[in-house]
Amino acid sequence: MSTKGIVKGIISNLVIVQVDGPVSQNEICYILHKEARLMAEVIKVVGQQAYVQVFESTRGLKVGFEVEFSNHMLEVQLGPGLLSRNLDGLQNDLDKMQGIFLSRGEYTSPLDEKQLWEFQPLAKAGDKVQAADWLGETKENFQAHKIMVPFVLEGSYTVKSIVPQGSYTVKETIAVLLDDSGNEIPVTMVQRWPVKKALKAYKEKPRPFRLLETGVRIIDIANPIVEGGTGFIPGPFGTGKTVLQHAISKQAEADIVIMAACGERANEVVEIFTEFPRLEDPHTGRKLTERTIIVANTSNMPVAAREASVYTAMTIAEYYRSMGLKVLLMADSTSRWAQALREMSNRLEELPGQDAFPMDLSAIISSFYGRAGYVILNNGQTGSITFIGTVSPAGGNLKEPVTEGTKKAARCFFALEQIRADRKRYPAINPIDSYSKYIEYPEFEAYIAENLSDEWIPTVNEMKTLLQRGKEVQEQINILGDDGVPLDYHITYWKSEVIDFVILQQDAFDKVDALCPIERQQYMLKKVMGITRLNFEFDNFTEVMDYFKRVIHVLRQMNYSEFQSEPFRELETELEAVLKERVTQ
Amino acid sequence: MATKAFQKIYTKITQITKATCSLRAANVGNEELATVDGNLAQVVKIIGDEVTLQVFGGTEGLRTNAEVVFMGKAPSLNVGDQLIGRFFNAFGDPIDGGPVPEGKEVEIGGPSVNPVRRKQPSELIATGIAGIDLNNTLVSGQKIPFFADPDQPYNQVMANVALRAQTDKIILGGMGLTNDDYLYFKNVFSNAGVLDHIISFVNTTEDPPVERLLIPDMALTAAEYFAVEKNEKVLVLLTDMTLYADALSIVSNRMDQIPSKDSMPGSLYSDLAKIYEKAVQFPDGGSITIIAVTTLSGGDITHAIPDNTGYITEGQLFLRRDTDVGKVIVDPFRSLSRLKQLVIGKKTREDHPQLMNAAVRLFADAANAKTKLENGFDLSDYDERCLDFAKEYSAQILAIDVNIDTTEMLDTTWKILAGHFRVEELNIRQDLVNKYMPKVS
Repeated sequence: MSTKGIVKGIISNLVIVQVDGPVSQNEICYILHKEARLMAEVIKVVGQQAYVQVFESTRGLKVGFEVEFSNHMLEVQLGPGLLSRNLDGLQNDLDKMQGIFLSRGEYTSPLDEKQLWEFQPLAKAGDKVQAADWLGETKENFQAHKIMVPFVLEGSYTVKSIVPQGSYTVKETIAVLLDDSGNEIPVTMVQRWPVKKALKAYKEKPRPFRLLETGVRIIDIANPIVEGGTGFIPGPFGTGKTVLQHAISKQAEADIVIMAACGERANEVVEIFTEFPRLEDPHTGRKLTERTIIVANTSNMPVAAREASVYTAMTIAEYYRSMGLKVLLMADSTSRWAQALREMSNRLEELPGQDAFPMDLSAIISSFYGRAGYVILNNGQTGSITFIGTVSPAGGNLKEPVTEGTKKAARCFFALEQIRADRKRYPAINPIDSYSKYIEYPEFEAYIAENLSDEWIPTVNEMKTLLQRGKEVQEQINILGDDGVPLDYHITYWKSEVIDFVILQQDAFDKVDALCPIERQQYMLKKVMGITRLNFEFDNFTEVMDYFKRVIHVLRQMNYSEFQSEPFRELETELEAVLKERVTQ
Repeated sequence: MATKAFQKIYTKITQITKATCSLRAANVGNEELATVDGNLAQVVKIIGDEVTLQVFGGTEGLRTNAEVVFMGKAPSLNVGDQLIGRFFNAFGDPIDGGPVPEGKEVEIGGPSVNPVRRKQPSELIATGIAGIDLNNTLVSGQKIPFFADPDQPYNQVMANVALRAQTDKIILGGMGLTNDDYLYFKNVFSNAGVLDHIISFVNTTEDPPVERLLIPDMALTAAEYFAVEKNEKVLVLLTDMTLYADALSIVSNRMDQIPSKDSMPGSLYSDLAKIYEKAVQFPDGGSITIIAVTTLSGGDITHAIPDNTGYITEGQLFLRRDTDVGKVIVDPFRSLSRLKQLVIGKKTREDHPQLMNAAVRLFADAANAKTKLENGFDLSDYDERCLDFAKEYSAQILAIDVNIDTTEMLDTTWKILAGHFRVEELNIRQDLVNKYMPKVS
């Protein structure tokens, strides 16, 4: 007999329920409204009163309405058929909902219960298994989707029987397991997991070290992120957070991409809906939608579900990681999630921390980022979740609690900057303030030396030093005037500008320039750094500027041309000619 | 609003604050409307049998034995064609002396559009103002505010945009509008002979501030009717959203909520998003475009209101007086239209994106040159050329009194650029230069 309750109070989407039995923290309940069952989550209990946050509008709710408790926390369904879906923050399939407007209390299953899946067993009767072990696989779009021992099962089990190869629905039993006491546990292709619990069915979580290619030069070259790494993109509005995130999600070399649109603009999600079915994954040639899941809880959708949406997305990511896949999870924006926490904390009349955020904000952020990572599964295979979150700092001030809390948790920092954005230097990532801690990992260094070149990291460091030097020189020129500094200073400054214009800046809206594969990055980096090592001769500083503008112009045209195409080579020849004019030995 | 026979009248108010009052009552729904001595109020909190009401007109002179009647419904508007050409207050009651419109009664602040039922905006809204059309192109289904200081002519620019844009309906939501500005809009619309596709919901400075909270929802409920039922293109003008946010903070303060940044309620982002996200392009052709005004104090965009707005809206427009040419211009640095990428170079000529960026970058170089000049440094030849370019560009393109079509804007920009710069200073793709750059001797 499950617990029931009666509504006793309503403050916006916080409802106080008098309960007649046991309830647990984070338990899901349904408020019976005349037209709908409204889903809610317990967030505080005082005596016989449960405080629940409602995932829907509470308009028209009255004291005295009945409440049913479900006996479980907020869960997601995990099984084949999640790919290409457009889900809301509570994992409802948005495409299955009726009408133009979202009607409250309408909950739709993310999985298709009628669809047949071609199942291929991987385990056999008699095998000893534990949670997350692979029992079989099916094809989801074009990738293998493993059917696993349910994560909720603790300890070890024996496979009693498993169905032969054939077509099954997600509801059919595909295997029967025996526990130590000989109880039979039927297993289907779908399982459930509470979103707020990290899924830890893997052997170990070593330090990540493999470069995750994003096709964005300023990231791959200067601030690389790795498979299983974490990064965040803070930036004032209008600095290109979303454009950058979309660029990464389109181009990154990942098996699965999950986009969590958390409290952001609906039109940005629509852009993904529109573009992804058309665009090709540059690594497989398949359509981007085939590897993508969208969890959309836009800013006008209920606030409590916004908080749930990032957890829903993370749990789905963990599910695919357990199959040995490379998952990229993008959340835009974690600040909106933090604001949802703040709104609730406020209604609960908790003592506020800085900027009225809850005191444990930083801990919540850290444990969330901690769920990402590169893991070795129980069968020795590897899987990863690379997590990149955006942060929308209030007033563009990076000292606010969400940015500071995230900075402690994430290993890559891509600082978007207003000044660069104003000057249309996109992506507006500040090359000096941003960092990637992975570049210091010896494992990463060894990986790069083996897979790219052992000159790569020294060259990147040389590039960063020159950028730093260029910035210092620019400040001196600003103070002392063009005439007030030696000619060499101008040359150094303009060399750093060549790097900025040709390597760091990238046109996300140009067909060719938008995606820069790693071989091309390597080629251009070598080319540009080669130029900066040359000695040039000039009579005065105007000559320096005019000359380097020409160099930049040719190099930019190269960026706009197909790699190693006829025009590309012609431009290269033109560049050689330009260089000859001024180079001295 | 006549009291019906079976409705219970409560007469014992237990608590009164400046914006709210509480009483004991049963069977009351959250967000339900009520009247307190005939003044409209709305349920904002229920704890057991104690109900807290937000009194829109304020609680001045409210007596503890006032008659409170619950109406059993949330605030609503009668939508229909009869709204056209009319002026209403925050409650949807006529203020132009005309009859109460009949029509379908719809609760305001209704549910959100399912994101998968939206269509990607793709239709350009031409305003003739080059600072907007060229650098910050507007698209139907977009939401964008003017960030302006109170002394800037934002209402005039907005009225111009409204009149020139090709839309089926214009809905004005005026919050804390001064009487003069209200009359200005009324006159402009009457003189242009467009009253037959305009609807106004107005709360002036003379009306109680808390009433303003209803204005955006009223305007957008009307907009949804025309966009969904009639598949029309609707443009909604909201001015001034700062005063709306101020009203929010008054109410949350009276309800003892813990304020977050700049003494605004912690839910400010969600509250504003609920309004702005009503902007939408429907697949059947109907659309709602929102142009709003957020007034700044001393140009400070880090204040919670413009800051949260900026994260919600699809760009923002800044006005600035350019003293070099003596005109008000649309600031090309701080203004941004996020949706412009959907139309520029696609619905406009192919050279639009690169040309726009090149011109703005050179305009930035001119700003640097100006700083150098002010700091007493010698200017290079390039600096001088940038400054000359900036003056022409400002006067012929950025000024708000420009009214030309987009192709003409592009041609003018090329002409100005060609007069001052060499090809390699532009950083524009060679094929575009060959095709569109005029030859100068």
